[in-house]
Parts: sequence; structure tokens; C-alpha cells
Amino acid sequence: MEKFLLRNIENPNSADISEYMKAGGYKNISKALALSPQDIMDEIKKSGLRGRGGAGFPTGMKWSFAKADPKFPKYLLCNADEGEPGTFKDRPILEKNPHLLIEGMVISGYVLGSEYGYIYLRGEYPAAADILNAAIKQAYEANYLGDNIGGKGVKFHLAVHQGAGAYICGEETALIESIEGKKGQPRNKPPFPVNVGAWSMPTIVNNVETLSNLPLIIEIGGEAYSNIGSKDCPGPKLYSISGHVKRPGVYELPMGTNLKDIIFTHAGGMRDGSKLKAVIPGGISTPVLPADAIDCAMDFVAMPRAGSMLGSGAIIVMDESVCMVKVAYRALKFFEHESCGKCVPCREGTDWLRKVLERIENGSGKEGDVELLSDIAGIMLGKTFCPLGDGAAGVVMGMIKHFRNEFEEHIKNGKCQ
Amino acid sequence: MFNETVLKEIEEIKARYPDRKSALLPSLYVAQREFGWLSQEAMECVSKALNVPEAMVRGTASFYSMYRHRPAGRHVIQLCTNVSCMILGAEKLVDFLETRYGVQPGGTSQDSRFSLVIMECIGACGTAPAMLVNTDFYDNLSEKRIEEILEKYK
Repeated sequence: MEKFLLRNIENPNSADISEYMKAGGYKNISKALALSPQDIMDEIKKSGLRGRGGAGFPTGMKWSFAKADPKFPKYLLCNADEGEPGTFKDRPILEKNPHLLIEGMVISGYVLGSEYGYIYLRGEYPAAADILNAAIKQAYEANYLGDNIGGKGVKFHLAVHQGAGAYICGEETALIESIEGKKGQPRNKPPFPVNVGAWSMPTIVNNVETLSNLPLIIEIGGEAYSNIGSKDCPGPKLYSISGHVKRPGVYELPMGTNLKDIIFTHAGGMRDGSKLKAVIPGGISTPVLPADAIDCAMDFVAMPRAGSMLGSGAIIVMDESVCMVKVAYRALKFFEHESCGKCVPCREGTDWLRKVLERIENGSGKEGDVELLSDIAGIMLGKTFCPLGDGAAGVVMGMIKHFRNEFEEHIKNGKCQ
Repeated sequence: MFNETVLKEIEEIKARYPDRKSALLPSLYVAQREFGWLSQEAMECVSKALNVPEAMVRGTASFYSMYRHRPAGRHVIQLCTNVSCMILGAEKLVDFLETRYGVQPGGTSQDSRFSLVIMECIGACGTAPAMLVNTDFYDNLSEKRIEEILEKYK
């Protein structure tokens, strides 16, 4: 497939506006501004674009809610808080193709009637902050940002807002709290951000990759876009693959590419002749799949049927040297640390799960600990304020479902086989 | 108090947002840069510059792991040990940093050269293990490579 999201990134100066324009960049802004916002909205709905942050919500539908709200100003927030462990797909856009994101945001702002955008960038990407700020400056100078974009009277201003190391801020209402200067604790919904978001105004929060798809939809039209990849969730998709494969990295492939093909064809298969044991397909919050369950399409529809989730498309590949108890323990240490503390099932549940996993990992697990883990996870599931707690519970449940023996052996023998 | 240049910088940050409280996260970064960490004095300066209550400044500052609440070493190493880094040997690197440089997770070496922070994923899973030294990024780490890299940070 011809690359779009990662077009031209082999060029060492790809982040520079002149190189971006040489490769055809920014021409979709002019094309978009010649259309009415409603016409573009129709194209987006036709395209079938679904949000790339993990939830897979239809973008056109989300936008129509914000657009229908009569309040102004409206805000457009780009979620660049790429914190889901295993995920590094937005980074090449932010660092190598920042003008694609800016172009996507200007088009989005025009469609939504939003004149102010912010890129909420995770604090762990300091290099990306410098690159984005330089790109924004260039875009202002070239009149692709400002009060009269392309001489058409269209206004859009953009700034980078750096997070400070809190995974929960990837959740859209926590992100909004954070940009308002508060602790990143999720808000109750409803009201949804499309009506009452940042500074109490209608707010759209979209992932970097989602917004970067906008120029492509303008370029080829909604219908042609809908023919790329899966029928139910079309378009190009960035998959980040890490762990024990020969060629880890970010791959731009049609949405719905088979997980097995991504691992064994695109990423070159297992490294050093090792044997595949398990795959976490969509970032650490998605349930693990054993080696014999990976023949499935990587999209929002097929992955739940296969027993996991697409998540952020972050594939962590583990060979037989990996102890699943240790992975579960490390994952829960992460969730416990990142739980915002707002709701009891998540705050207490992640702590309990971590403690039980810690004693199993350290060789002092007790008989009945596997049942205890299942119990705690069951209590958490569906009862937490935001998806963080569900993710933690789902990870433990998936591990026990597929690797129960390993946990029991650990408890019995005090260590790995 | 912040000097005039810093106050001007904070005014510029404030201008990016519809309200002054939103400038809190970036202003805390400025204070951390100026003071090296978020001391009582640093947080008071932010509170005054933004006209935001001290309790809110402290509350926000305590929530985010990239703000430091005690003095750090001359260089801050932020090493990822999450799953993709862990399965490629990041934990051994934590031990190596301790034996070779005398710095423990969450601590600072006796000579104040390095502080070590364990990070939850720095988005370099494909080239794991990875770390930041101050704001410089390094990946494909091994003990040998860490030794070579840290030569630059005296």
C-alpha cells in the first residue's frame, strides 16, 4: 500500500514545511476551503473513519454532536498523550510529519467551526515538542495558521500543551482537566466533551492519527477512503510492533491486516529462532492472546471477537522465554501507579491485584490466589469511573484465561518452571 | 520571586489559553527549570505569577510524575522498564546503574551526578530498552552503550 500517514518520512528533513509541500503537503487545505464545512462532514461520514486512539468511535458522528451545539468558541484538542505501553505509532507523525497533523487540524477546525486548537503532547516526548513548535511557527509564516488562512477569512490558532507524565491524561476528560491546569482525573459523563468540554465549551478530542487522516479523506474523497482496509472500519492504520520480532517498528497498513501477517511477514517473524508464546495486540490494556489465537484481522470489529481489542494497535510480541506472571505483575505495577485515585474499585483494585501478583511472582503465592485475582478483577470490571480500571481487570482475566497453569505452577513451586 | 525574563515568559504562556489556570502545567515546568525542583519557594512563585491558590498549585504539582519534589542530581536519567523494555532486559540495566553509578530508582547518587527515575513507557518500544537523560533520548540500550552515553554527562 502506498504510504500516506508516513509519507516521505525517510527524508531526513521531512518535518520541514518546504519538504512537506514538495511532497504534496498543504494542498488539501486549499481544496478543503473551497468546499463547505457540511460537504466535508458528509465526506467524513462517507469515509467511515473511526477514532484511532483506542475506542474506535465514528469520527463523523462525534463531530456532528459538537457541531450541533450552538455554543462558541469550540475547541479542538489533539490527543498526543501517547502513553499506552507498547504504543509508539503517533511519534513518527509528531516528529517526522508534523505538518500532516497541522494540516489535518486546520481542516478539522474549519469543519467544526473551531478557531482554537491545542496539541496535548505527553511530557515524555520533549523532542517532539521542539519539532511541533518549529512546525507551527512555519505554518503561521506560510499563512496555514492564523486569522486569515489562505486568504479565505478562516481563522485557526494552534499551540502545544505539554503533559507531565500521567497516563490517565490520555482519557479525554482527564486530558481536558489537565489542560485546565488541574489534576488529570476523569469527569463524569454526561455531559460529554462535545457539549461541555474544555473551559465548559463544546470540545472535540481526537487522536493524532485520526486527525492526520483528514487530508487523505479530502485528497481522495470519502468513498475511495472507505475502500481501504476493513469494510466496517476503513482507512490506513499505524501498527506499532515491539518485543521479540526481527523488525520491530511502526507499519502503515490497511486497517484489518491479519495479526499473524503483521508479525510474521511485515515484522519478519521471531528473532533469533525463538518460538512465539503470546501477543498483547493493542497495548498493555488489551487482553493477551496465546500463539494459536493470532490469526485474526486487526480492527475494531474482529479483535473483540478474537477475545481482545484493537486498542492503539500496539503489538507486543513475546517468545517462550517470557514469564506471564512477571508480565502481569509489571502491567499491574503500571496500572496501580497510574490510577488517578478518584474511584474506589480502580484505586483499591489495582493495588490489591498488584499485591497478589507480587507475592506470586516472589514465590510466596498462596493456594487460592488465582481465584482471588479473578474475584478482584471481576469486582472491578464495569464498575470503574473510566476505562483504566477495566483495562487492568481485563489484563489479569486474559492472563488467567490463557495461562492459568503458569500462575498455579508459580504458586506451587515458588518460581517459573 | 521569578526575575523579569521568567515573568515575561509566563505571561506569554498565559496568553495561549482562555484562562490563567491553564498555564499551570507549563509554568510548573518553568519553575522546575529555574529552581531545579519544585521547592516551596518555586510553587509560591508560580502561585503569585498566575494568581492561582497555592493549594491548587501543590495539588496539581503532586499529581504528575515529571515534576520533582526534592532536589535532583545534575542529570536526570529516566529509564523505561515497562513490558516491551522489560522483556528486552531493562531490569538488568536498573541493576547496572545502581552498581556502576550508585543510583537507585527514585534516588540520587552520592556525588549528585545522576538521579534515576523509572518511567512508564517513553514510546520507544520498537527500539527498547530506552531512556531519557535530561531531555536527550537514547534507545537500543545495553550496559556498554549506557556507559558510553553517560560519559557525556559529568
